[in-house]
Amino acid sequence: MSLISTLARLEAVSTGRAQPAATVRHRHLSDRPLVFVPLITAGEAGAPLGALVGTDRDAPRLLVVPQPRDRDLRFAFLAELADVVLPYVDAYAEVVEAAERTETDPETGKRVKVEVDLCADAPQLIVPSRAGIELVRLLGRSMRFRRTAEQDPEAPYPAPPRVPLLGRWLTHFGERARVPGSSLLLAMTDVLGRHWATGQSTLEDQHLGALLAWIDPPEGLTGAEAALRAELERDAQGQLTCPPAGPATDPAFDNKLLAPAIERYDRARTALAAAEDGLEADDRLGALTAAEREIRDLVLSRTLPTWEKVWQGLDLLRELPVGAHVEERWTRDRWSFTGHRDRVLAGEPPQPRRDDAVTAANKLATREREQARLEAQEALDDPLVMAGRRLSGEAFAGEVTDVVMAYSEGKRPSPRPLVTVRTDDRPHLGERTKVYRSLGGKPQSAEFVGAEEDGASVVLRILDKMGRGKEPEPGSVPEKGDRVCFTLFEHEQRGGAKLPDPEETPWTHGGPPGEATLEAADPVTAEDVL
Amino acid sequence: MPPPRTRGTALRHRLAELRGPDVPAKALDARALAALAANPGCARRAILDGAGVNKAALASALGSPSAFGQSQFALTRGNAFEAKVKADGGAELLRLVHEKLDRTAEPPAEARVPDLTATGPQGRTARTALELREAAAHPGAWTLLDHPMLALDVAGSPAFLEPDAVVVHPDGSWTVVEIKSFPLLDGSADPAKVGAAARQAAVYVLALEELAARVDPSPRVRHRILLVCPRDFSNLPAASAVDIRKQRAVTARQLTRLTRIEDIAETLPEGTCFSPELPADELTAAVESVPATYAPECLSACELAFHCRGRSRETGAVTSLGRPVRAELGGLTTVEDVLAAARGEAGDPGDPAVAALRRAAALRAEALEAACR
Amino acid sequence: MTTLFDPSAAAAQATDAILHDTLHGTARGVVVDSPPGAGKSTLVVRAALELAEAGHPLMVVAQTNAQVDDLVLRLAEKKPELPVGRLHSSDADPYDKALDGLENVRKSAKAADLAGLAVVISTAAKWAHVKADEPWRYAIVDEAYQMRSDALLAVAGLFERALFVGDPGQLDPFSIVGSEQWAGLTYDPSASAVTTLLAHNPDLPQHRLPVSWRLPASAAPLVSDAFYPYTPFRSGTGHGDRRLSFAVPPDGSGPDRVIDEAAESGWGLLELPARHTPRTDPEAVRAVATVVRRLLDRGGAATSERSPDPTPLTADRIAVGTAHRDQAAAVRAALADLGVTDVVVDTANRLQGREYDVTVVLHPLSGRPDATAFHLETGRLCVLASRHRHACVVVCRAGVSDLLDDHPSTEPVQLGTVVKFPDGWEANHAVLAHLAEHRVSWQP
Repeated sequence: MSLISTLARLEAVSTGRAQPAATVRHRHLSDRPLVFVPLITAGEAGAPLGALVGTDRDAPRLLVVPQPRDRDLRFAFLAELADVVLPYVDAYAEVVEAAERTETDPETGKRVKVEVDLCADAPQLIVPSRAGIELVRLLGRSMRFRRTAEQDPEAPYPAPPRVPLLGRWLTHFGERARVPGSSLLLAMTDVLGRHWATGQSTLEDQHLGALLAWIDPPEGLTGAEAALRAELERDAQGQLTCPPAGPATDPAFDNKLLAPAIERYDRARTALAAAEDGLEADDRLGALTAAEREIRDLVLSRTLPTWEKVWQGLDLLRELPVGAHVEERWTRDRWSFTGHRDRVLAGEPPQPRRDDAVTAANKLATREREQARLEAQEALDDPLVMAGRRLSGEAFAGEVTDVVMAYSEGKRPSPRPLVTVRTDDRPHLGERTKVYRSLGGKPQSAEFVGAEEDGASVVLRILDKMGRGKEPEPGSVPEKGDRVCFTLFEHEQRGGAKLPDPEETPWTHGGPPGEATLEAADPVTAEDVL
Repeated sequence: MPPPRTRGTALRHRLAELRGPDVPAKALDARALAALAANPGCARRAILDGAGVNKAALASALGSPSAFGQSQFALTRGNAFEAKVKADGGAELLRLVHEKLDRTAEPPAEARVPDLTATGPQGRTARTALELREAAAHPGAWTLLDHPMLALDVAGSPAFLEPDAVVVHPDGSWTVVEIKSFPLLDGSADPAKVGAAARQAAVYVLALEELAARVDPSPRVRHRILLVCPRDFSNLPAASAVDIRKQRAVTARQLTRLTRIEDIAETLPEGTCFSPELPADELTAAVESVPATYAPECLSACELAFHCRGRSRETGAVTSLGRPVRAELGGLTTVEDVLAAARGEAGDPGDPAVAALRRAAALRAEALEAACR
Repeated sequence: MTTLFDPSAAAAQATDAILHDTLHGTARGVVVDSPPGAGKSTLVVRAALELAEAGHPLMVVAQTNAQVDDLVLRLAEKKPELPVGRLHSSDADPYDKALDGLENVRKSAKAADLAGLAVVISTAAKWAHVKADEPWRYAIVDEAYQMRSDALLAVAGLFERALFVGDPGQLDPFSIVGSEQWAGLTYDPSASAVTTLLAHNPDLPQHRLPVSWRLPASAAPLVSDAFYPYTPFRSGTGHGDRRLSFAVPPDGSGPDRVIDEAAESGWGLLELPARHTPRTDPEAVRAVATVVRRLLDRGGAATSERSPDPTPLTADRIAVGTAHRDQAAAVRAALADLGVTDVVVDTANRLQGREYDVTVVLHPLSGRPDATAFHLETGRLCVLASRHRHACVVVCRAGVSDLLDDHPSTEPVQLGTVVKFPDGWEANHAVLAHLAEHRVSWQP
């Protein structure tokens, strides 16, 4: 943890309120995000208990699995979820704009520009916490290999029609969320934690209620008091007044409220099945409906507080001005979304269970590049982030005290002005270290020439972005008295080397993975839980 | 004439006093081991666990009840899965042990599954030891011990441990089996949960090694244990071998260090007692007489965490914000000291921690001011 | 009576077997584990020359530009007439200027310009951009344990077979983003190249160089036990073969006493009083600088098997190792205050592969309130403890042993990955226990 963020946390302790950890918003927020607040059943591998989902803060859709061990009821839940999520996704898939992309021409092998469709906007899923992202992945994994009756008439327990497709989309969202700086799928606790420093530990920040308590404490309470209340306060029935943001539920809720309700539901169902005539069945159906209603009310009571907190978090984030590079990163999310849309449309099979060697290496390379890009862009967009880089010696800011014109040697001398910058920062500069500053949104590079005697001034040689002429273009060289900020890290990321195609995987990595075969669905057994 | 008191019995007596009259010692269970792993340096945890104090009851008596609980859904599911794995005389379980750990051995067509029932932990431990010796008399056979009981010497008193199963291979070696209900999805599982299972299994391995050392010739206790979990989204068992040498080495060292509870006990005032029957203020004083090293990781490992967190926050300890926070603060340990140093009100500017704090504070202020403009 | 260990014979035997497998074996790959100072570079140069002599066009993959330039220089020194290509990047100053003086070394940023040369050498990063119609028959991959699996994936299509050489005990490659999702896969892109190679080709011949020519007899057993328990090695020299002596008698201070202890036994621990400090602990930094200053002032002379006469212990034969860059910078500043400017001070990462007579190490855990995975990494300590030919002085605050014991052991476990054992925690304890026998407590 950098000292700057440590200080922010300590100030939060001392003032009783969260302190800014960013001065701009570093993540894209959709005008119409889809908020998803899921709950699961303890002890089962991703067996959903229920969820609140939707784009309308005032009208969330409540989905409930009254008996989570029942396969049909789970499928009904997933089908309902598909009915909410897929139309939302489709709405973005349909609106496109023309864009250019560089591709390798398969015949000439040359890099050529081609015009392609790019979705004008992309969907955005918001879950309360990091565990929610894991659940999105798990649900995606559990659904994408399922077979519908249409795909495979022999399939035992066929899945409802759109469920495998939902699985593919959730998998894509979950995978994209691993890319640094991406915003297709966000966890509210992560985004809030990026922008505010609370007076508690990052572990405790995983509790959405406690985190919000620090950022926006209720009237009359300090953040610490409000957070403690959010974590521990229980009502007369022994239930947490601020239920966990899920997907796991509080054991006290499971044992005291949910288990008896599910038991009543099971009994009502058995009774209905045993009904001997229509009249009795009607009665017992009424009892079953009541039992189901009871479970729905319970699920709603545990998800609604979280639902409201997620929207409260969105309100708080929207108050921050958006960072300058956020739009550019969102465009990458749009490319990612468009790419997956195209793969689905092209009839490609679902994402495999495991990446092959080349895909894994490509993903790792992309994520490393995006991480470096994110770190650079956040610093350029936000003086508070840059302050951290300055503190660690990776950047420095100061005033230009002298500019001496100089030229490169050679036939056509180009301008290489020497600029002296007075700074209180302590950058890790060595001989000919390259440094960069942002000039009209583009990086201008310079190299370190030397430090003045007192160590408080550094001399730099400007290397580029001064035009083609012998004299630098106006405004391209800092002037005496200018405030400048140089970084030791690059502002833009170079693309890495191209890896072989999967079918050319070398012997060191197991050779080609072989023909892509449609992966088999997970085996099912009568007592399967998902 | 009573027998002369040895060091061991003196300590045992002292620890019994700390627990309180007629309070039985609590076994060193998985939770206590998790707490040991999460915070081995905490003297408070060491003495309470060493004395077998029920920390959950203590936490409630202190007014900061622990938040640990188990959902009955998880419990039911876990038990059902374990029963399924062990069904048919453990045929599936032994098949997995053979497949994952001992492929060159004869496949377990049939296995000995001795009855381990006995009265009390001592009785069960003796029974388990007897059956393990008995298994040595059947070379070439597979033996499955279902819920054996093992004893491990912890700071002079025996702690009883109950692994899910121990398997004796045809070559006479022993394997610990852990059955967990978290899923093995496409061959991988939640690394935090696997880590916890590995640490738990390491303790069983150490206990088995103590036992093996008393058998002649000593059987080999395998350092790769078998973790059995539900496969993917089914309740079919899948297994993975886990190398626990690391966890074994660390736990062995930590357990030998538990002997320092004797030193801790000596520093306690005469008459100190942690019985939950005592009034809260007396109990608080008793608990406060042993220093704790609270860190946020305790919240998921120790029953006393909320109590210690409250104390840690009251004293303004920076560690309550996380262990990494201390890294650059040098000798400054409280929130107010750090802030005073950062504001330039206190601290030696020649101390690099203080100098760095002031630079950090200045840079932060400059950035926030720039953002406001 | 046991047979005497003949290091030269053992090393020669290993080298012969390696060269035989490389030149005449049928396997597509040969893996060589080389502990610190075991003659890895010598082996690489010799294998390159023999392959070239046999008429096999050879590509050599190293990990950094410095390593590439070093290999080119060594090759040219051994066989000046050999046509060598140095493939370099198109950045400014892409290679060591010393290469310009070598007649038969051609340098280019384009692989096509170097076609047909007996040996072409470059970094893995540069090779990844090369497209070849016809793969090289042979390759040598140097520092293969520091190469990431994905880097090997990018270049492995360029060669048919390869000799992989590296030191398994040094710092592992790392990734700046999480790669847990691939943990346990044989081709985990963030794993080391050798891990992936062997997972897919478990039957490749594996060799090890059994003798460290760098580490003295006082250091080899400790380093071997703590960091290479499954591939042990020995020192090429005996206890009496190396001597470090000083013309100026000790002044009784801590630094002088620890210098004498290290000269005598090969190890010295200068222990400062326990205290939590920031990374750039001024007292510890000053203590490191003082030890270096005294090493220079006391007229040190090193006697070794290399020459009958003692060699003066000059600044270029001493190095300081730290865990962090800011610590290195602080030590440099403290040394400058004492008038020392030409002693190398660097982090473990940058000291990998280098060798000195005496090293002074600021212990990675000195003064820390807690340990982190970074500080506990086995390779970091291994690098710091294995750079010296004569003696290693460690400067550390008291209390590190307790710090290690208080360190939480809650690491997650990924199924299917190979466990590194002993881990850093264990290795740190082993090294500390040994250093404790050579402790000089000092209150500056």
